[in-house]
Amino acid sequence: MAGEATQVIDQKELWGGGRSPFSVSYGKLMMWFFLISDALSFGGFLTALGFQRHHLANEWPITEQIFTHFPFTHAHIPLLYVAFMTFILIISSVTMVLAVEAGHRMDRKGVIKWMAFTVLGGAIFLGSQAWEWKTFIAGPDGLIETWGDNATLFRNFYGQGTSATNPVEGPQLYANFFFFITGFHGTHVFSGVILNLLVLIRAIQGWYDKRGHYEMVEKVGLYWHFVDLVWVFVFTFFYLV
Amino acid sequence: MERDDIIEYSLHAHHSEEEGKKIRKKIFVVTAILSIITAVEVAMGMVWGKAHIDVNGSGWLMIKIAFIVLTLVKAGYIILVFMHLGDERKGLKYTILVPYIIFIAYLFFILYEESTFIEYIKGIVHWV
Repeated sequence: MAGEATQVIDQKELWGGGRSPFSVSYGKLMMWFFLISDALSFGGFLTALGFQRHHLANEWPITEQIFTHFPFTHAHIPLLYVAFMTFILIISSVTMVLAVEAGHRMDRKGVIKWMAFTVLGGAIFLGSQAWEWKTFIAGPDGLIETWGDNATLFRNFYGQGTSATNPVEGPQLYANFFFFITGFHGTHVFSGVILNLLVLIRAIQGWYDKRGHYEMVEKVGLYWHFVDLVWVFVFTFFYLV
Repeated sequence: MERDDIIEYSLHAHHSEEEGKKIRKKIFVVTAILSIITAVEVAMGMVWGKAHIDVNGSGWLMIKIAFIVLTLVKAGYIILVFMHLGDERKGLKYTILVPYIIFIAYLFFILYEESTFIEYIKGIVHWV
């Protein structure tokens, strides 16, 4: 705590114990701790995926050739749709950081504008994911067969039959990991959109002006950037590598 | 007791108009970097994807490493600039990053090791 003694700290910035560890507020530090634990869950999922596909390398699907659909067309376009989803999430992350910046200037109108764009971006991402899942499972070029709690890719990549009655380990694990990891990430996006919406409503009502600071925008911002961060890794390890 | 989430907030929670301009400029630069990296990744995936390249050759290994490096660069920009971790105290930065990186590096090592072993043992005992 060497740093904090050199500077007189306003009473309002101290925690209950009369100190301000790391010069951050209690809420922000706890958000970081939550994000570390959440990042460990995602790290566990992605390393588990790596574990399976490393020893099943011979029968693992060609990942970028699986989802090649694009809305309103039957053309075979690998990666483009996922690239679009990635781009939407990055842009909504940018609008989020602009909302945080506006909050630091106590600019209520700026916060409202950028938070509204962030909510919109999150909603577009969720809609895109819904379309991706639907096309995957039930679309005219759908590739996934589901049964019970299980799923498998049923296009025949390796000369072996892959279907519910005759599943091959690689394609089956691919499909299960796909729904598990993108689903878990999508759930995070969903709760992020809800949190952003609540903060947007409170900003419109002028809560944070009364409070004297916009730190709540910063806290939900951390969560939202984390969601974007996870997607960057999911994109690489699911679709590219 | 007073609501503690109302009275407590971080140091440096406010900045002026001029500082804001500088910060916004930085945000736009980082946005451009992230967009370009994503575009490069997608282009690489389309041109040098597994469907068009010998996956057992050393070229594919280089591409895989390039994908992972580009991803880590993107992650670094998001964490240090967008999440402002680069502007926080050193102590907080390392409290968050170091344990996580050590843990994930260990997890990666042990799973890679075991996965290689399973692959090896499959060649000997066919029922695994």
